[in-house]
Amino acid sequence: MVKRKTPMLDELEKGKWPSFVSDIKQEAESRNETDVDLQTPKEVCDDLLDLLELSFKDREGHWKHGGIAGVFGYGGGVIGRYCDRPEEFPAVKDFHTLRVNQPSSYFYRTEFLRKICELWERRGSGLTNMHGSTGDIILLGTTTPQIEEIFWELTHNLKQDLGGSGSNLRTPNCCIGKSRCEFACYDTQEACRNLTMEFQDELHRPSFGYKFKMKFDGCPNGCVASIARSDMSVIGTWKDDIRIDQEAVQAYVAGEFKPDGGGFAGRDWGPFDIVKEVIDLCPTHCMAWNGKKLGINNRECNRCMHCINTMPRALRIGKETGASILFGAKAPILEGAQLSTLTIPFMRMEEPFNEIKELVGKIWDWWSEEGRSRERLGELMQRKGFAKFLDVCGVKADPRMIKEPRSNPYIFWKEADIPGGWERDIKDFRKRHQK
Amino acid sequence: MPQLEIGGTTYEVDEDGFLQELDKWGRGFAQGYAAVEGIEGELTEDHWKLIDYIRDYYAQFGIAPMIRKMCKDTGFDLKRIYALFPSGPAKGACKLAGLSKPTGCV
Ligand code: HEM
Ligand code: HEM
Ligand code: SF4
Ligand code: SF4
Repeated sequence: MVKRKTPMLDELEKGKWPSFVSDIKQEAESRNETDVDLQTPKEVCDDLLDLLELSFKDREGHWKHGGIAGVFGYGGGVIGRYCDRPEEFPAVKDFHTLRVNQPSSYFYRTEFLRKICELWERRGSGLTNMHGSTGDIILLGTTTPQIEEIFWELTHNLKQDLGGSGSNLRTPNCCIGKSRCEFACYDTQEACRNLTMEFQDELHRPSFGYKFKMKFDGCPNGCVASIARSDMSVIGTWKDDIRIDQEAVQAYVAGEFKPDGGGFAGRDWGPFDIVKEVIDLCPTHCMAWNGKKLGINNRECNRCMHCINTMPRALRIGKETGASILFGAKAPILEGAQLSTLTIPFMRMEEPFNEIKELVGKIWDWWSEEGRSRERLGELMQRKGFAKFLDVCGVKADPRMIKEPRSNPYIFWKEADIPGGWERDIKDFRKRHQK
Repeated sequence: MPQLEIGGTTYEVDEDGFLQELDKWGRGFAQGYAAVEGIEGELTEDHWKLIDYIRDYYAQFGIAPMIRKMCKDTGFDLKRIYALFPSGPAKGACKLAGLSKPTGCV
């Protein structure tokens, strides 16, 4: 039975882009034909489309605000959603979403993908989002009685846990790192897994004032965009010099090696011009080329990765590697979007990651004590000032933390820092300074 | 609006089972609901301590207490709270305490 009539949604199928409307329709048809023993209403996708069409027509959403659904033992991982016209759209009366902790860097076996699709077709809507902006596997839409059943199957048969939602630690996420990428300055997967296991309680049992995200990028290329999307961004870096293979540089110049790993093929860009494409594009102007030899003034390099990305066979990250740690990025709900701020210029990232765990502990204590309800760490940092934040972290202000001299003049002296404190002898002063 | 009958009294609850008529709350409501939230048998002294704390706080401030504050003031850590109320402080304890649904966020 197809009751759907969705002229407005159908518009969204036109054009050359993929369409979520087409995707949902496809699942709707397949649910009508399947011989799977469906545990959720067969018409769930049809009702979802009809409900959205009605929302377009009314110019109003038809989902209630919030909803509390979950599994025993956990306070997060399930996002409760109820429709506000349940009589007309019974199949989406309750339509809860599950966040499932993704495997690090999204390594899957097809067997796992088949199993999770089978589970979700049977016990959910069949609609998934791989992956949500948190990084999780998103299973969209199921009914209340199914939640515990799904959780049992997930954890017992698929060996996969729920992720974070609500005011807790959100599922940590990492780039592909050392498993595939030569730019990785530390093992992002190891760090991500280790901290995920360490903070299971914070991940599953919300106790914060708001969400907290941590993301792990192996280098400043930032494949999981940690600097823009996480309260704590851990970004790989190195302390020493970029390693140069001068012969390989020559090979790029001679056209033997394709720049950018051949990434810009398909169009004729002319012969590779090292001066135009590398030297002149270095943001700190710290590179030189004399026709034979490439030189880098490493003290000025800010590790933007451009030269290394362009000539990966000639240039390599340094040997003394670790990570920079930045705090406070967020989306624009209050005060506008914010990137995270460099707080720890360099930290070694090795098992058992005690240093970063201790740091996180200090910050959570402060945020829980001082933060208002629904105040992100980045907002609290702004409200209290960066000097205070550094104090909390137990680190000293450092020129590397200052982006531009005028935008963040946050180094304030405290009485304890001044020899003799604030007290001055005016007579003594006047001996050296006329009135 | 769904209704729930406990010990001969009918209560209006929302789809998540949160009490809609806050003044109708009584100890019988909490006890009657316990099993649904995964609590076996009679509510213990510690259950009541948390429920009473939440109700007092709500009466005073009009909102549910933040979890950290709840832990601090009652002396129960999070593990203990989940042991008492398996569905957690928001879904479990607040519901039994007869508070309206805490507004959530993804
Ligand atoms: C005016 C209404 C809504 C607003 C302003 C809103 C806002 C948001 C925001 C800001 C996010 C975070 C996105 C991100 O992390 O990039 C989000 C995520 C989400 N929302 Fe909504 N939302 C609304 C309605 C809904 C409705 C009606 C549903 C379901 C029926 C829904 C389900 C979800 C889910 C499942 C996520 C998580 C997706 C993920 O983890 O990737 N939202 N929403
Ligand atoms: C403890 C001593 C001082 C403090 C706290 C101080 C503080 C400041 C501040 C906050 C600004 C505004 C910066 C901006 O937003 O661009 C400023 C600007 C300025 N200060 Fe000072 N200042 C001090 C000493 C001095 C001294 C000794 C001089 C000159 C000998 C000076 C000359 C100037 C000038 C010329 C500007 C304007 C610069 C511009 O806008 O281009 N300041 N000062
Ligand atoms: S962030 Fe850097 S290390 Fe990680 S995958 Fe991307 S390029 Fe490689
Ligand atoms: S990494 Fe960036 S800043 Fe450093 S030398 Fe290369 S281009 Fe210049």
